[in-house]
Amino acid sequence: MTATGAPSRAAAGPGRVTKRVPPWRNPWRRPYVLGAITWLYILWSLVPVLIAVQFSFNGGRSRSTWQGFSTQWYCCAEGSVGEDPSLLLALENSLILGAVTVLVATPLGVMLALGLTRWRSRSSQVANGIALVPLVTPEIVLGSALYLVMVNLYQFVPLGRPAMLLGHVTFSVSYVLVIVRSRLLSIGRDYEEAARDLGASPLQAIRTILLPLLMPSVFASAMIVFATSLDDFVVSQFLFGDASNITVPIKLYTAVRASPTPALNALATLLLVGSFLALVLAYVGLRARRRGTRSALDDLADYG
Amino acid sequence: MADRKGRHDRATRRLWAALALPGTFWLIALFLVPFYAVMAVAFSGSINIFGEPNPAWNPLDWQFTTFNNVISESVSGAYREVWIRTGLYSVVALLICVVVGYPVAYYTARLAGKRRGLVLALILAPWWINYITRMLAWVNLLQDDGYVNKALGVFGIAPVSWLSGNAYTVVIALAYGYLPFFIIPLYASLDRIDPRLLEASRDLGVGPVRTFVRVTLPLSKMGLITALVITALPMAGDYYTNTIVSGSPNTNMIGNQIELFLLQGPLKNFGASLVLLLSLVLMFFMAYYLILTQRASRDAR
Repeated sequence: MTATGAPSRAAAGPGRVTKRVPPWRNPWRRPYVLGAITWLYILWSLVPVLIAVQFSFNGGRSRSTWQGFSTQWYCCAEGSVGEDPSLLLALENSLILGAVTVLVATPLGVMLALGLTRWRSRSSQVANGIALVPLVTPEIVLGSALYLVMVNLYQFVPLGRPAMLLGHVTFSVSYVLVIVRSRLLSIGRDYEEAARDLGASPLQAIRTILLPLLMPSVFASAMIVFATSLDDFVVSQFLFGDASNITVPIKLYTAVRASPTPALNALATLLLVGSFLALVLAYVGLRARRRGTRSALDDLADYG
Repeated sequence: MADRKGRHDRATRRLWAALALPGTFWLIALFLVPFYAVMAVAFSGSINIFGEPNPAWNPLDWQFTTFNNVISESVSGAYREVWIRTGLYSVVALLICVVVGYPVAYYTARLAGKRRGLVLALILAPWWINYITRMLAWVNLLQDDGYVNKALGVFGIAPVSWLSGNAYTVVIALAYGYLPFFIIPLYASLDRIDPRLLEASRDLGVGPVRTFVRVTLPLSKMGLITALVITALPMAGDYYTNTIVSGSPNTNMIGNQIELFLLQGPLKNFGASLVLLLSLVLMFFMAYYLILTQRASRDAR
């Protein structure tokens, strides 16, 4: 972005055109303005979070004045994540809920993807439509609907971890479906039909041919489900019941205006690390599946 | 070929249906039935000893008094202001999303060059940072003695009390919160535009601005609409952003009203009616988006 770079670019670009037209008419001009907007946006979106992470290492109680580096808010000052039972409980609840959601939602979603993609009939069209609706339903609608049904109809499901699990699986299944199905469509039907022609039973064809081919996307969707479950706030808030089932986002929400100490920032940082690890793994999984054609980041971008 | 296919189809169709069954059942029991429960509560005709509505499971028992009441209060009454505020905040926040998000998505898709991977990773990052954490970060910065006021102090501007019920704080927080969700679908659609079309326009002597207006913008129209819908749906039902950065009833949005009725009091039939009404308002956008994605996935097959 320095002035000295300009002559060499003009020489490298298609010649004299650059000299005749004013800069705003020159299509080979470097996109300084757009570049500046983009980098400013990136700074705006990430720097506040980095500052919040920085304050989790603050030496004092303030969340707005830097008082030196310390890890006391992770452990083991009074009220730190390691010492405050309510913060530890939130962390434990979030991790357990995320793990169990993955274990239930992934197989359910993979089966649904296999079934809905390969099974062509009018009812599969309907099921397909139903399966995508949760992706576009505002969370407050899903959360309040699940809350009302648990309280009024499914009274055998107590509010708390069981209700939250059902809720998280419900929105996660659609993620798994979308990710695994895009992989299924790109594989096509040839491999399983070849296996069938060679005498494999339908189940054998799925187990020995399709599942290994699908594995990277199954793994990636499991990681994305874990990260989404860790991050979920609205559905959890409607279904958590009482303080013993609180998750990290709920804890952050209730504490942010009440008792702000850097321990809260430490808790948020740990949540960040958790979902970041899950996503790095998802990225690695997606990279394993495609070499070169498209970057795995583009795939991650598609799965929103 | 046709014979082989037929044989396979007959043998495996039942298997595919069986595989789809548990997931379909799950979605019926935990998505369709819950939505019916919202209707049963909203159209409830009686209350129990706690003053909470008894759900009317039988459509013949539905009473529309509460629902009608909520509608008339929304059109010209207590909730009118809340609905208008929700619409106004969402529209302004979406405008900010377009003004900031379009250039960012365009730059990342077309112009970032060698740094494209890095820029894309940095733009994806906030998507995966917990929403509440991102709001918490701003609460830190916007404290009365926080960095923002300190920075303003350098320019001699008096400290602003950002977190005590300011409409502009809520709108900016909404834009900040939802921008990542806006940028990514737009990026995906801009990325799919064939660069040869832009080169052709350029080679025919059309300037960058007219190329953008005549070629890029029409080709990214669908992506822009998708991005707007995806962002508008959760934004219209948002209540947590408001609670975190304002907490004042003066900035209440419809989500706050719903949360208040459903989780903090006995008037669940009012909450359920508002959920129904919000769903009806948003149904148009949801249906539109679903039709688009269905069409796209059919094209992919």
